[in-house]
Amino acid sequence: MTEPLVQLKSVDKSYWRDSLEIPVLHNINFEVPEGEFLGLMGPSGSGKTTLLNLIAGIDRPSSGRVVVCGEDLSRLSEGALARWRSRNIGFVFQLYNLMPVLTAFENVELPLLLTKLNRSERRRQVETALSIVGLADRMKHYPSQLSGGQEQRVAIARAIVTDPNLLLADEPTGDLDKQSAKEIMELLSRLNKEFNKTIIVVTHDPRAAEKARIIRHLDKGELEAA
Amino acid sequence: MRIAKLIRKNATRRPLRTALTVLGLAIAVMAFVIIRTTVHAWYSDVEASSPNRLVTRNAVSMVFPLPLSYKEKIAKVDGVTGVSYGQWFGGIYVDPKNFFVQFAIDQTTFFDLYPEYIVPPDQLEAFLAERNAAIVGRKLADRFGWSVGDAVRLTGTIYPGDWDFIIRGIYTGAKENTQEVAWFFRFDYIDERMRIEAPPRAGKLGWYIVRIADPSQAAAISRNIDSLFENSLAETLTETEEAFNLGFVAMGSSIIFGLNIISILVIGIIFLVLTNTMAMTARERVSEYAIMKTLGFRPFQISSLVFGESLFIAALGGAFGLAIALPVRKLVAVVIDYYVPAFKIEPVTFVLGALASILVGLLAAIFPTVKAVRTPIVDGLRIID
Repeated sequence: MTEPLVQLKSVDKSYWRDSLEIPVLHNINFEVPEGEFLGLMGPSGSGKTTLLNLIAGIDRPSSGRVVVCGEDLSRLSEGALARWRSRNIGFVFQLYNLMPVLTAFENVELPLLLTKLNRSERRRQVETALSIVGLADRMKHYPSQLSGGQEQRVAIARAIVTDPNLLLADEPTGDLDKQSAKEIMELLSRLNKEFNKTIIVVTHDPRAAEKARIIRHLDKGELEAA
Repeated sequence: MRIAKLIRKNATRRPLRTALTVLGLAIAVMAFVIIRTTVHAWYSDVEASSPNRLVTRNAVSMVFPLPLSYKEKIAKVDGVTGVSYGQWFGGIYVDPKNFFVQFAIDQTTFFDLYPEYIVPPDQLEAFLAERNAAIVGRKLADRFGWSVGDAVRLTGTIYPGDWDFIIRGIYTGAKENTQEVAWFFRFDYIDERMRIEAPPRAGKLGWYIVRIADPSQAAAISRNIDSLFENSLAETLTETEEAFNLGFVAMGSSIIFGLNIISILVIGIIFLVLTNTMAMTARERVSEYAIMKTLGFRPFQISSLVFGESLFIAALGGAFGLAIALPVRKLVAVVIDYYVPAFKIEPVTFVLGALASILVGLLAAIFPTVKAVRTPIVDGLRIID
């Protein structure tokens, strides 16, 4: 039996505001097998994004273990964690978060600047990623020249350009119209099916979650039974 | 795309802000260069000093005279190859506002000891032939529209009364930093009149100029000259011409100090201007830096973006400032060329201006870099779901 790609064991997470402790996640035990498409649902403030941040290694748990892609994240330094993220994680944000001064091509190329690929290799990968998301003809467009759906596609291309094992998407359809949201979810589904990407999508939109094969619910920081 | 391209694109993201910051930096760097050039020019007389010349004056003060009789004694000191002398006149031409320096000199030796003052031979001959003749600097002649043969009356202050002169020569400077604004006339013209009108003042002069063969012997020769007149009524103090001129420059030390302070303040101002710009930039880009960190960019890579942008703006401002310093120098030189013969931007001043820009660029990036690097990713993303 293969190890799950994502394992969370007895994870607690609290934030501190001055002397006030704000518990966000409590006793999270959670596994995601490789190649899975998981939808993480829950109301606002339930801790979905915090859970996603812990899996992405951009935040650390107050207690418990987070093991992703075979790496215990609590044992990694900040620098090692950054290197690990660049190799293993593709992150898609709700508000796309593209660099406004860079073209679609340059935005997608950004994570590749951290690799040892030469210019032509980078170009090939960027073109491939943009073709997969259907934006090969928008390479030279700046974010301001793209629609919301197109911007999110560029963000997805940026997330997959390094060929990571795990794609994490935080409310990827939250800022899109119905049609665009549907297209984005179809794209993620395709990435899961055709390219065997393990995907975790945080959403509170049931329609967006339809494409996920497994749905887990978070409420008040606790994961409901599967 | 390279990181350098991202730095350039970031730096020009807000064109108006960047342009204003670059302009502010440019003006400050230009001001820094012009102020440093002014300070440097202030010392041009010192730099123009000859290592082969010593100046002997009254040991008590320049105000007290020396006897004319010292000339022969000084001339006999070993290592001395020539002696001349001078006296401050302090006359007024029409109005005290028309101030210029006037020296009574030993007509037979002075221009021999000062080869940097070039006088045409026929004019020097005419100067030697006429007791009330004067030789004036080119710029001084231009200032008052004088030419050879003009009669000029000065009203004495140290030597009371009206003094009538005929301009018999106009000298030019051999070097760029040679002044061309002095009025030289014959010492025997005032000495003759003093013998009649104020006999105790006759045969008294302000200082001797001593030419020596070997500058390395300046200290020994100075001591030998001064020892000649120990315990006399007019003891002497002999020093190199450079030290003598430096003493005059030191009289304006508070102005020099003020200018130096201003030049430092100018650098401080450009530091604040750029720091403010970079702080605003970092605040606006907190979320972008968080995104980049999420993508795997490490602290030193984020730092290089902030430092790169700060240096980019500083270098642009510095380069622009240095470029506009050249025409501004020309404009300023038109105004002050009369007083400061060598108002020229030295290469070292250019280097200082460039280094100041780079230093400011580096310092201004420190705070925004710390902020960009230390802000946790989740805070940068502002997502707490």
